[in-house]
Amino acid sequence: MLKLEGCVIRNGAFRLEADMEVARGRRVAVIGPSGGGKTTLLEAIAGFVDLEAGRLSWDGADMGGLAPGARPVAMLFQEGNLFPHLTAAQNVGLGLRASLRLRMDERGAVRAALARVGLEGFEARKPGDMSGGQRARVALARVLVQRRALLLLDEPFAALGPALKAEMLDMVMDLAGETGATVLMVSHAPEDARRIADEVVLVAGGRAHPPVETQALFDDPPEALRDYLG
Amino acid sequence: MAARAQPVSPWPGLGAAAIVAALILGTLLAVAWRADAAVRFGGADWAALRFTLLQAVLSSVLSVALAVPVARALARRRFAGRHVLIALLGAPFILPVIVAILGLLTVFGRAGWISAALGAIDLPPLSIYGLHGVVLAHVFFNLPLATRLLLQGWQDVPGERFRMAATLGVDGWAMWRLIEVPMLLRVVPGALAVVFALSLTSFAVALTLGGGPRATTIELAIYQAFRFDFDLGRAAMLSGVQLLLTGIAAWCALKAGQGDGFGAGLDRAVRRWDGTGAGARVLDVLWVGLAALFLLLPLSAIVLAGLGSLGGLPGVVWQAVLVSLGVSVASTALVLLLAVPMAATVALGRGRAVEMAGILGLAASPLVIGTGLFIMVYRVADPAVLALPVTALVNALMALPFALRILVPQAREVVARYGRLGLSLDMAGGPFLRHVLLPRMRAQIGFAAGLAAALSMGDLGVIALFADPDTATLPLQVYRLMGAYRMDDAAGAALLLLILSMGAFWALDRGGRWNAEA
Repeated sequence: MLKLEGCVIRNGAFRLEADMEVARGRRVAVIGPSGGGKTTLLEAIAGFVDLEAGRLSWDGADMGGLAPGARPVAMLFQEGNLFPHLTAAQNVGLGLRASLRLRMDERGAVRAALARVGLEGFEARKPGDMSGGQRARVALARVLVQRRALLLLDEPFAALGPALKAEMLDMVMDLAGETGATVLMVSHAPEDARRIADEVVLVAGGRAHPPVETQALFDDPPEALRDYLG
Repeated sequence: MAARAQPVSPWPGLGAAAIVAALILGTLLAVAWRADAAVRFGGADWAALRFTLLQAVLSSVLSVALAVPVARALARRRFAGRHVLIALLGAPFILPVIVAILGLLTVFGRAGWISAALGAIDLPPLSIYGLHGVVLAHVFFNLPLATRLLLQGWQDVPGERFRMAATLGVDGWAMWRLIEVPMLLRVVPGALAVVFALSLTSFAVALTLGGGPRATTIELAIYQAFRFDFDLGRAAMLSGVQLLLTGIAAWCALKAGQGDGFGAGLDRAVRRWDGTGAGARVLDVLWVGLAALFLLLPLSAIVLAGLGSLGGLPGVVWQAVLVSLGVSVASTALVLLLAVPMAATVALGRGRAVEMAGILGLAASPLVIGTGLFIMVYRVADPAVLALPVTALVNALMALPFALRILVPQAREVVARYGRLGLSLDMAGGPFLRHVLLPRMRAQIGFAAGLAAALSMGDLGVIALFADPDTATLPLQVYRLMGAYRMDDAAGAALLLLILSMGAFWALDRGGRWNAEA
């Protein structure tokens, strides 16, 4: 279970309070106005922004002091999820070993992950020679081999067209289902939240509100959400 | 709370900056400590100070004034070979000074082409020695730099403004008053300050074309106090004066200047609709043609004069080639070992002090640092033995500010773009350095290495202070051959030096970009 207790996150002059729990295996959409702190919330969980106060824990273990790479967290960013000078296999392999010195079985795992996302035989390709959708798949293959308990998505598919984006979101949810990962996904689009999320976290007015069941939330939106949806 | 995680450690960069600062400040302290208060700043010294300032003012004003019409023509014309010409404007920066001087002598010297032409119509030959020779050489080196700096100003004018002017039918004088003069008022002070600062510390030009009581710069006076009188107290006193001058000039140049003339995309042609009149066309062609001629003639002269004797060069020249290659390799390695970690640290946002250390080299001249190093070592070791290591070290310190200018923006970009991804993949430290930072910076590292190698290869400065008659780098050997009036051998060796410098730059720069992904 992901727990944020009395957390205060400061990013420059911006301040965000968060107090919430997310149960293991849930799929959570993080929505709210732009500049409201959605990315900041994810960055704090991933360890890129320090907590000013409060406790951040996974399954009871405090992870506030851990380096980003030591947390049970995999993250996909808005852009730059692949290193353009490395091959698809190397980009995926980084999820297993940062040194890129992979054992035989690990190489097999990389190939299998690429095959799982439909990129069989793409091992030696570099990102520059792939389409936007294929690049997104490589990043997903890496998430798959990382096997982290928590997957954070900061709108990694925003640049893709609607159909491709929907396909990618479905694939993320399938993969998360296979690994049992808990997913937090930033989204601008309420229909994305409806499509895949069990719960919704609303980030607005300097607060990350505790998650609410998606259906219940959209059926009877609180004022802050009504303001956002318009 | 733990400090925010970083993809690479800032410590190597901080360490490198500390070493650089200690070296430069240490040598300056040594100079200050040794400076003889009893040595009076006498009449000859005042003359040197006056000459130094006079030639620097003339050099900067002439370079920038001539650069205005050339840059204006390049900014508003598009023609075949334009981008080659603009790339060529960057070449004097890595051109060995002694090569250019020999080229200028071949064209403008007493026995040069122009004097020969004058002689044919019974006019007296030109003399290139003294104030006008020094200024001529400085304009040769700095006209291209000033042109690039001003061209940057023209490029920075938003294209919409020219489009707007075109719809209003603005042309000629109106365009000049409306857009170009305000832009120049912003850019010219920086260009003047940069050329002024460079002319203050230029040594090889004063050494070869200056000299005598009426054409000695402070930098040259330091060398003479050292070399001919072996008066360390006096050399140190003059170094102090020079340090004050260069410190102020470097400060002004940093304050006034924005661009550095390295900028990529200078060859991008902005579509213009003005200047279509015949007069404007002729004027532009004339300016660009004259500038190209002024730059290309001396270089062609060296190639022509050197080709014949390239085959029969004496053994000392080949020995000097080996020495220069060694010095250049060592200096380049040193620059990279210092600059890459420093750039990484600056990119992490922890680099105010590191950046300061990086530009210290601009405030001190090579001979001042050389004098300081000499004072530090001469009691414990034979300076002649240390001549080559000291040369490599000083070359590296002088190239460092430029290397940082090249490396820092890309390091910032890599850390900003891939830092978080690297951290989330637990790559902090060695893996990030090996798999991300160095590969992503390859092109810039190659460029910086090429610059450092060429600068070191062509440098004629501190080596002249330290070397004994048996050791010489290739530039020093060229100077010695000139001094012995063996002009054919000098031209051949200069051509060899030109090939080596440009070749080293080309190979390293190309090597960095070879097979690199966008």
